[in-house]
Amino acid sequence: MKLEYLVAIVVLLFAAQFFYGVAANPDSEFGGADGAAGDMVSEIAPGYEPAEPWFQKYLFEPPGGETESLLFALQAAFGAVVIGYTIGYYKGKSKAN
Amino acid sequence: MHIFEGFLPSPWWQAWFVISIPVILYGMYKLNKLVSERREVVPLLAVAGAFIFVLSSLKLPSVTGSSSHPTGTGMAAILFGPAITAVLGTIVLLYQAIFLAHGGITTLGANAASMAIIGPLVAYMFYKAASKAGMNFYLNVFLATAIADWVTYVVTSLQLALAFPSASGGILGSFTAFAGIFATTQVPLAIMEGALTALIMKYVVQIKSDVLVDLNVLTNSTVAKLKEAMQ
Repeated sequence: MKLEYLVAIVVLLFAAQFFYGVAANPDSEFGGADGAAGDMVSEIAPGYEPAEPWFQKYLFEPPGGETESLLFALQAAFGAVVIGYTIGYYKGKSKAN
Repeated sequence: MHIFEGFLPSPWWQAWFVISIPVILYGMYKLNKLVSERREVVPLLAVAGAFIFVLSSLKLPSVTGSSSHPTGTGMAAILFGPAITAVLGTIVLLYQAIFLAHGGITTLGANAASMAIIGPLVAYMFYKAASKAGMNFYLNVFLATAIADWVTYVVTSLQLALAFPSASGGILGSFTAFAGIFATTQVPLAIMEGALTALIMKYVVQIKSDVLVDLNVLTNSTVAKLKEAMQ
């Protein structure tokens, strides 16, 4: 069980760094680092206009934050089901033997 | 966090495709070979792919005041090597680019190079070297996957710096600026990913150690030692 304890400590430390981050950046909404990098691009290259490829208008784009979070949640759920199913399957199989 | 659509000008996005495509094709060849020769690894392959799916969907807040997500590619790299991981990582990137407008199609080559190729390659080399040196397995997995996660974003910073050198500091100047965003935000996330991967690998050792020996991830004697420690 030792490794589980160590991981639990890492999770607690992670929570601690988050709360410290909230206190240290009171106005931050914790937006994506990719967005911050996009702002940095306009700072470094003020005239740069991101090119829009011709197929962009044919691509699906989530209409808003809610749909986007749905798709991210589905992605996580799908992955978690696969991991849980497989580990459970192996575990049951090794117990049966 | 990947480079947005349109945020790499020509010739940079094309150049990253030139680098990534051969690796992905080679990975598809290796993947085909592995699946046809060793059916018994398929469930583990699914777990490794699913792990990338889960981890790259979790946008975690960092002490810097921004959020980013871990990559999950380090585990696949340790289990199946960097070439197969390149394929798994690219599938996830493609999904996110098409359905979530996260990352992009023109920037897919660059994002694959950082998250699906260079990060996993570093994890793989670290893991192999450290296991040769006799490092504890879980510590090795923790370090290899945490470093891979972090290196991914150092590469992302470099990709942006090469495309957008700053007027005053050149490539190095803008690398410092981009790394200040990506690499520092990623530090707590990388540690978290390393710890989580080590834990999952413990369960894999527990229930499916024979496949790990088959894949040359562990030797029989190491497995015996690890299992003894679990009793």
